[in-house]
Amino acid sequence: MSPTNVVKPGTKPVQPASNVKTLQIDGKDFSARPEETILDVARQNKIFIPRLCELEGLSDVGACRLCLVEVKGSNKLLPACVTRVYEGMEVTTNSPRLAAYRRMIIELLFTERNHICSVCVSNGHCDLQWMAQKLGLTHVHFPYRYPKANVDASHERFVIDHNRCILCTRCVRVCDEIEGAHVWDVMGRGIDAKVVTDLNEAWGNSETCTSCGKCVHVCPTGALSEKGHAVAEMEKRRHFLPYLTMMRESQE
Amino acid sequence: MNLEELEQIAVTEREAREKVRHEVRVCMAAGCLSCQSQGVKDALTAEVKNRGLEETHKVKGVGCMGLCSEGPLVATSEKQMYKHVASADAAALVNSLDGEPVKRLDCPTDVPFFQRQKKIVLENSGVIDPERIEDYIAEGGYRAIVNALSDMMPQEVISEITTSGLRGRGGAGYPTGLKWSTVSRADGNPKYVICNADEGDPGAFMDRSVLESDPHRVLEGMLIAAYAVGASEGFIYVRAEYPLAIKRLKTAIRQAERLGLLGTNICGTRFSFRIDLRLGAGAFVCGEETALIASVEGKRGTPRPRPPYPAMSGLFGQPTLINNVETYANVPPIIRNGGAWYAEIGTEKSKGTKVFALAGRIENTGLVEVPMGITLRDIVYDIGGGIPEGRKFKAVQTGGPSGGCLPADCLDMPVDYESLAKAGSIMGSGGMIIMDESSCMVDVAKYFMDFCMTESCGKCVPCRVGTYQMHRILSAITNLTATEPDLKMLEELCDLLKNTSLCGLGQSAPNPVVSTLKSFAEEYRAHIHDKKCAAGVCGAHENGGDEKSKPEEKNEARELSEVGA
Ligand SMILES: Cc1cc2nc3c(=O)[nH]c(=O)nc-3n(C[C@H](O)[C@H](O)[C@H](O)COP(=O)(O)O)c2cc1C
Ligand code: FES
Repeated sequence: MSPTNVVKPGTKPVQPASNVKTLQIDGKDFSARPEETILDVARQNKIFIPRLCELEGLSDVGACRLCLVEVKGSNKLLPACVTRVYEGMEVTTNSPRLAAYRRMIIELLFTERNHICSVCVSNGHCDLQWMAQKLGLTHVHFPYRYPKANVDASHERFVIDHNRCILCTRCVRVCDEIEGAHVWDVMGRGIDAKVVTDLNEAWGNSETCTSCGKCVHVCPTGALSEKGHAVAEMEKRRHFLPYLTMMRESQE
Repeated sequence: MNLEELEQIAVTEREAREKVRHEVRVCMAAGCLSCQSQGVKDALTAEVKNRGLEETHKVKGVGCMGLCSEGPLVATSEKQMYKHVASADAAALVNSLDGEPVKRLDCPTDVPFFQRQKKIVLENSGVIDPERIEDYIAEGGYRAIVNALSDMMPQEVISEITTSGLRGRGGAGYPTGLKWSTVSRADGNPKYVICNADEGDPGAFMDRSVLESDPHRVLEGMLIAAYAVGASEGFIYVRAEYPLAIKRLKTAIRQAERLGLLGTNICGTRFSFRIDLRLGAGAFVCGEETALIASVEGKRGTPRPRPPYPAMSGLFGQPTLINNVETYANVPPIIRNGGAWYAEIGTEKSKGTKVFALAGRIENTGLVEVPMGITLRDIVYDIGGGIPEGRKFKAVQTGGPSGGCLPADCLDMPVDYESLAKAGSIMGSGGMIIMDESSCMVDVAKYFMDFCMTESCGKCVPCRVGTYQMHRILSAITNLTATEPDLKMLEELCDLLKNTSLCGLGQSAPNPVVSTLKSFAEEYRAHIHDKKCAAGVCGAHENGGDEKSKPEEKNEARELSEVGA
């Protein structure tokens, strides 16, 4: 028991607070700190939970819903990326039901915009494509939407192709939380939502963009890329993110 | 301010009332105002003035009287009401005060619409002038908070609310006492109290009416809540589409501050509380509590996963109590009369009364307050006066876009949280849309899906893309071009959205579809296999089913969107 766990006057006296929670994931026992999420524990122990919006080092938004898992005693599916562990928790990370939902979610993403892998700079290095293969998606049975989406190539080094954006908002978060520039944000509602630079101005005219390129490298698909890459040439480098986060935390 | 001073204001006000021989009440809520009740009030005032009767005759603007479809409404006594009053009728009405009633304008009050209601939340609506705090005080207003401050511990207040069995009126029906006690026990200072007045369900106008007719009641409810949970700051999040409610709230806050009922050291105690308004910019999803909180913080109004619940980490990360307008409006009478009194009204698990907004194919459209547990039949046929033009009842839609359509065999079901949920709908905020055989249930489902699709915030994938796909399928069905696999896909999507969406909007978006699929499956089949719409609403449209091209009177969707404010 640590001194920070002294029971405050007026609150219910609880059993000696413990800093270690034990839980089961897919039938195996694990221990974790109380502030950790199911995904944290799974990641440390090499248990695969699919995810697209989550990226280590950025805040979690729980938006893609791929990481939903079953927790015994809860009638709802819970997002592993934001659900804290508790003592005695029993988590199931995969089941026929979860697999079906996950495939449908990926399908919906494919139908939403124009994801044509064969002409994409990120072909072969794309999180969406990889996830679809990993989850065994063989065909898309919902009809495609084929929206008209723009490409903004006004920036001198980078391009955004909205045809390939899945609205994971990693770019929004990395720019705001790590770079501190907050160039990106989301505009519009529902199916019309899209990421924008500044107040929906051309990226090339942005006065806030520092051209650091972090958004490009956290982007899971070919939506954000560096200029000068041909099909399948755009590989993303994300090693900077845990490093930057760690450095920042150590200074706080 | 203490109890004696409050009583003094009430006495002075009542004495002033006694001098008046005739009080003429003119409804000045949104419904009647939109049919020129301001002109009626001005004409009546001028008429009284011209005859030099100002001493004994008082013309008073009041809040909603309920029967909105018959406005402008005027009441000259408890029993005598007039409907469809025009400015030109002023002289006749003033003449009638000491004589015979004006027959041609008579609006009978001894009918079930008025007799079967039980008014708690609306007790002052249509009675007091919403722009005068004295009028509210004369009806016993602010006594509950002044009493609580001097005689009750915060814990006792919470236990009265718990005893009353009050449940949240914003939709989910979460026990209010439990929520208050969670916030009161949460660590953190400051704490906040928020009133959710974002009322976004199409066809619902209960909260609007309460705010326009009796704004002080909501302020008092919030004060009591703040005292109970230990909050010092409050916000009312009201949609900008309600300008009159906003104006009256501002007036009410100013008046309460002047009397020392809001501000620092209220009633000479250590309790301080201030209330600010925040205006919603018209997004339905901003009624969802976490999205609302983000919006108050100045961020984009999108929901976030819960837990943590606002009670633990809400506005600016602090413990926050968030309740609906009608929930707060129930609080002062509960504290005044005791929780046990309230718990006697209603059913075992759903206590008290509920305000419903009746709309659609029903004789009496307007606002009614009924005890929980009353049957749908009583509401539709007795209070609502049945279906006009001798048509047949087909379904009632409750709970707005998160609710469902209940068919005729549910008519004898009691109206309470559990029964509605069991039948596949929800209580919701209290919108009730009645449909007859001229409505096509697939078209209705499509209307609500269109609403959910355009109001989805776009954050999570199932809701953003799923509502689009479901709307596409429903459009195909109403265009009579859908096939059997489409129906299967629709069912798959219903299941996906319900179980995987981030917030209540996406989770409940399938409800109108699921409930119509359950009760009106044959209509779906007729559209898909026989390419027929029995109601004659649907059909192939040259422009691919654009709603605007449909005949006006046949299209429920258009009608609802007009009510939807
Ligand atoms: C999409 C969505 C819209 C909502 N809109 C409203 C609303 O307009 N007014 C309201 O009071 N509650 C609304 N709610 C419910 C709130 O999230 C919250 O439960 C409620 O304000 C709590 O108050 P109560 O306990 O008094 O009901 C909405 C919920 C969802 C999911
Ligand atoms: S990773 Fe959890 S919702 Fe996207």
